[in-house]
Amino acid sequence: MNQTVEKAVAYDVERIRQDFPVLNQEIRGKQLVYLDNAATSQKPKAVIDSIVHYYENDNANIHRGVHTLSERATLSYENARKTVRDFLNANTEKEIVFTRGATEAINLVANGIAKDLSAGDEILITAMEHHSNIVPWQMLCEKTGAELKVAPINDKGELIWDAFEALVSNKTKFAAVSHMSNALGTINPIKQMIDLLHQFDVPVLIDGAQAIPHIAVDVQALDCEFYVFSGHKLYAPTGSGALYGKMEQLEHMAPYQGGGDMISIVTFENTVYNKVPYKFEAGTPNIVGTIGLGAAIDYINTVGIDAIAVHEKSLLEYATEQSKKIDKLRIIGTADNKGAILSFVLDGIHPHDIGTMMDHQGIAVRAGHHCAMPVMDFFGVPATARASFAMYNTHQEVDALMAGIENLIEMFG
Amino acid sequence: MLDDLRDLYQEVIFDHNRNPRNFREMADADRQIDGFNPLCGDRLTLFIKLDGDKIADASFQGQGCAISTASASLMTDIVKGQTEQEAQALFSLFHKMATGEEVEMDDLGKLAVLAGVCEYPARVKCATLPWHTLDALLQGAEEPVTTE
Repeated sequence: MNQTVEKAVAYDVERIRQDFPVLNQEIRGKQLVYLDNAATSQKPKAVIDSIVHYYENDNANIHRGVHTLSERATLSYENARKTVRDFLNANTEKEIVFTRGATEAINLVANGIAKDLSAGDEILITAMEHHSNIVPWQMLCEKTGAELKVAPINDKGELIWDAFEALVSNKTKFAAVSHMSNALGTINPIKQMIDLLHQFDVPVLIDGAQAIPHIAVDVQALDCEFYVFSGHKLYAPTGSGALYGKMEQLEHMAPYQGGGDMISIVTFENTVYNKVPYKFEAGTPNIVGTIGLGAAIDYINTVGIDAIAVHEKSLLEYATEQSKKIDKLRIIGTADNKGAILSFVLDGIHPHDIGTMMDHQGIAVRAGHHCAMPVMDFFGVPATARASFAMYNTHQEVDALMAGIENLIEMFG
Repeated sequence: MLDDLRDLYQEVIFDHNRNPRNFREMADADRQIDGFNPLCGDRLTLFIKLDGDKIADASFQGQGCAISTASASLMTDIVKGQTEQEAQALFSLFHKMATGEEVEMDDLGKLAVLAGVCEYPARVKCATLPWHTLDALLQGAEEPVTTE
């Protein structure tokens, strides 16, 4: 019959929770409710096992030794590249560069395109970017004389399309846009943005750090030049991540760091760089983290990214609905197209106090500026509290969140 | 449910948070300086008026959590009338208390209500930000102070 519906009904969150050992604990005598997934996600047993397996059986350096362990390590590492390729639907695994995360991937690209920019050129970002998609471009502007342009957002935290369109011109030489805002949850219309930017031959980098655990990504359908993400928000170890780049872009870019593995011939007079993607992977990389990233994607595939998206959408809708019952609560970020993030402020109660008081009830939420100070300035708040959902969160946890908020409002008096 | 939090959030703190004392700009201040906690984005501006080496008046403005607001409120109250040396000695004592060192609570007077922060490492800087700012101000600093 209808398989999609059957699959959605069959989403077994309790079964999924059992795959995440860390969730099974009490904090200050209360069952942990982990709602800080936009900061980092928890890791399934499959990922933890892949790390243990690697160190217990295969540990060796990659791309060099001819011995068995090195061959195994290399194979596992390169298999992860294929896994990421499939997950993003890249044309070839050679277009996948492993990095420490989204931040390093953005810096790598900013460094690599510097030679193409000069005074009078413009780089375009949006007002909802994370600091990691602002500062590397500011540094690049300082280095090249290019100018940073910022497309504004409206009161709901959505991109203002007309203003964005007006900022794209022949002067625009590069654009970097978040797929989903970490502070607001807004999902940008990246396909339309990319199409518009391509009319002006502008290469586009999509910061997918926040979107990747929630939304199926097809880089060929998007046609973006670059897509970056961090492993740790995708149920993988910290210090893992990847840059997708179109082959011709990666071949054209200058290397990021010099060192071993990124070269093919070195003499004191001259060095010939290795081919893509190794040109960008200097030094011994985070081998085990990358293998863990592959394991995380394998795990996600067993659940299904679309099923995860449906579950999280239901959590967000429920949380948004329930939060309306709390008078003092104001949601920051009310975009029509939004991912599983509930950023909020409480009238007269600072987010830091919210954070501490929630922790006392076993509930982990983020309190702060979320590395997006310009977004906080725009909404006129110093910080927000943020509950962010993942595949293992439940509707009961949303109830716990709301009860926790009610409790602390009562305490504040 | 939140009863065990009362060690940190005593009623005095809620009171100072709701009605912070000396929460005003001081147009004729002798010195003023900004304090900033980059970790959480809290900011305050501290103003003082001097009479010789005595702090004749102290006030603050800014945005912060209940802990930092109450701390700034209590601090501006208590240092009024003190000499710079006395205020700095009190800062040293307060810092010890906030970071969990043994101190004679009687010497801290009203500031003792903030003793609970030493159990919350993430919140110590909320309580000490106003004091670090005052310390820098007394030492003649002009650049904004950060807790990092």
